[in-house]
Amino acid sequence: MNVTDMNWNGIRAIYRFEMARFFRSIIQSIVSPVLSTSLYFVVFGAAIGSRIDEVEGVSYGAFIVPGLIMLSVLTQSLQNASFGIYFPKFIGTIYEILSAPISSLEIVIGYVGAAATKAMLIGSIILGTSFFFVDISIQHPFWMLAFLMLTCVSFSLMGFIIGIWAKSFEQLNLVPLLVVTPLVFLGGSFYSITMLPPIWQTISLFNPVLYLVSGFRWSFFGTSDVPVVASLIAITAFTALGLAIVWWIFRTGYRLKA
Amino acid sequence: MSTIVEVENVTKVYLGGFEALKDTSLKIEEGEILALLGPNGAGKTTLISTICGLSVPTSGQIRVGGHDVVTDFRAARKLIGLVPQEINLEPFEFVINTVRFSRGLFGKSRNDALLESILRDLSLWDKKDSRISALSGGMKRRVLIAKALAHEPRVLFLDEPTAGVDVELRKDMWALVDRLRQDGVTIILTTHYIEEAEAIADRVGIINKGEILLVEDKKDLISRMGRKEMRIELTETIAQIPDSLASYDLTRVDDGAALVYAYNTRGERTGITSLLKDLQAAGLGLKDIQTNQSSLEDIFVTLVQEATP
Repeated sequence: MNVTDMNWNGIRAIYRFEMARFFRSIIQSIVSPVLSTSLYFVVFGAAIGSRIDEVEGVSYGAFIVPGLIMLSVLTQSLQNASFGIYFPKFIGTIYEILSAPISSLEIVIGYVGAAATKAMLIGSIILGTSFFFVDISIQHPFWMLAFLMLTCVSFSLMGFIIGIWAKSFEQLNLVPLLVVTPLVFLGGSFYSITMLPPIWQTISLFNPVLYLVSGFRWSFFGTSDVPVVASLIAITAFTALGLAIVWWIFRTGYRLKA
Repeated sequence: MSTIVEVENVTKVYLGGFEALKDTSLKIEEGEILALLGPNGAGKTTLISTICGLSVPTSGQIRVGGHDVVTDFRAARKLIGLVPQEINLEPFEFVINTVRFSRGLFGKSRNDALLESILRDLSLWDKKDSRISALSGGMKRRVLIAKALAHEPRVLFLDEPTAGVDVELRKDMWALVDRLRQDGVTIILTTHYIEEAEAIADRVGIINKGEILLVEDKKDLISRMGRKEMRIELTETIAQIPDSLASYDLTRVDDGAALVYAYNTRGERTGITSLLKDLQAAGLGLKDIQTNQSSLEDIFVTLVQEATP
């Protein structure tokens, strides 16, 4: 299939439609992450952080910035993407997508692209907010953006899958709540895993989120819990897995077509 | 006229084993209006869904404009507009945005002039900046039609377009269908209102339990419907119909106690007056007369019952 033969107008239509949903609730979209990030800075950075000197040569307040961004970005990617595809299923408007001359790849680009964009925007807002609270410098800006983007894309893919799988709003919230939140908190968002007892350090190595946070933190401070290459491999593998599942979903029509 | 939709030996078995379509074949000619009549659960929506890509046929082939709906879905679906039975719309969206979305989704570049004329035709133009949730049921149905027309389809599927719709909107809908036909759009509508099929269709297909029982020109069906029978009860039984009445379409029933006369109400003459005169001339006394009309509904019910073991 030629790139020029692709239904770009269709992709654009889905992308715009989803972004419009975001901008319709712009206050909520921006205020909520800014507020929660500020609270994290007050509680973790100022209250608790004042009793912790430095972690790996970085002030604790600055140390948690990459983890905080990751926390929001992961949650936002999952929420936006899962809601984006679940809602049309729930209210029935999915019929139009399924009857349109648009391929599964194009549908995914539209929905996942929009969800990832929203998460990127929120990630940037949080980064901007953090400049008000702590001094941070970014050592590898290119890799910072690359990690941020790959994370947004891979977790939006995962959100898309959850949205297709979910049969109710309860199920829609179940995976982020029961799986992702613990993984994020146990993934070294607010600490270095070297602070953990050895057995938990080993267990943490099985947590995919650790690799994302670690790689992302490296792009800020040049230090990481796991080698950067391992982080890159992990996130690439995660994205590939998401793509494979999405490909299977559209091939079989799983929970989309009778 | 050429065939625009071709359904060939399509079977659809749902997960769980329910056979919604049984070896169904159907040809739809370009520019015609076909009404698919059938009771609830007959397979009307399944048939439409398999043509439009919402449901995958278990076996068989479907082509739209010569393009296979599975292997060449892009070309096939570009030609199709679908108005679903349920009012599936995003409540918080604005009318104009949702119509624009539909056009883009089908790969067409933005054309606000066209969308304006579609919305005006549907008396929706002054509602273009309203939220869907603020519209009445009838208006929402019009929005669904506007969305289906936004990409200029050649074939339009209307799944129960007038179910639960008031008389005025139904008339509007029929007028719209007529305008679209003049533009050469092929229209397939499902309905269980027989009057609806009568009012707007060129051909009528009757479907029940996943099988198409008949597809016939509406005129032929109407002439069948126009057939009436008159039962004439005689004072005395007769052994045979007198020769003087041979020119009439008469049948002797009930061992000669009655005669049945078949005639067409839509014919120029029914022949009733002369028959009565001739009966009197032949010396037959009349006890009673009953007439009985076979309507499209009767044909429909008979067909559906025959197909039910």
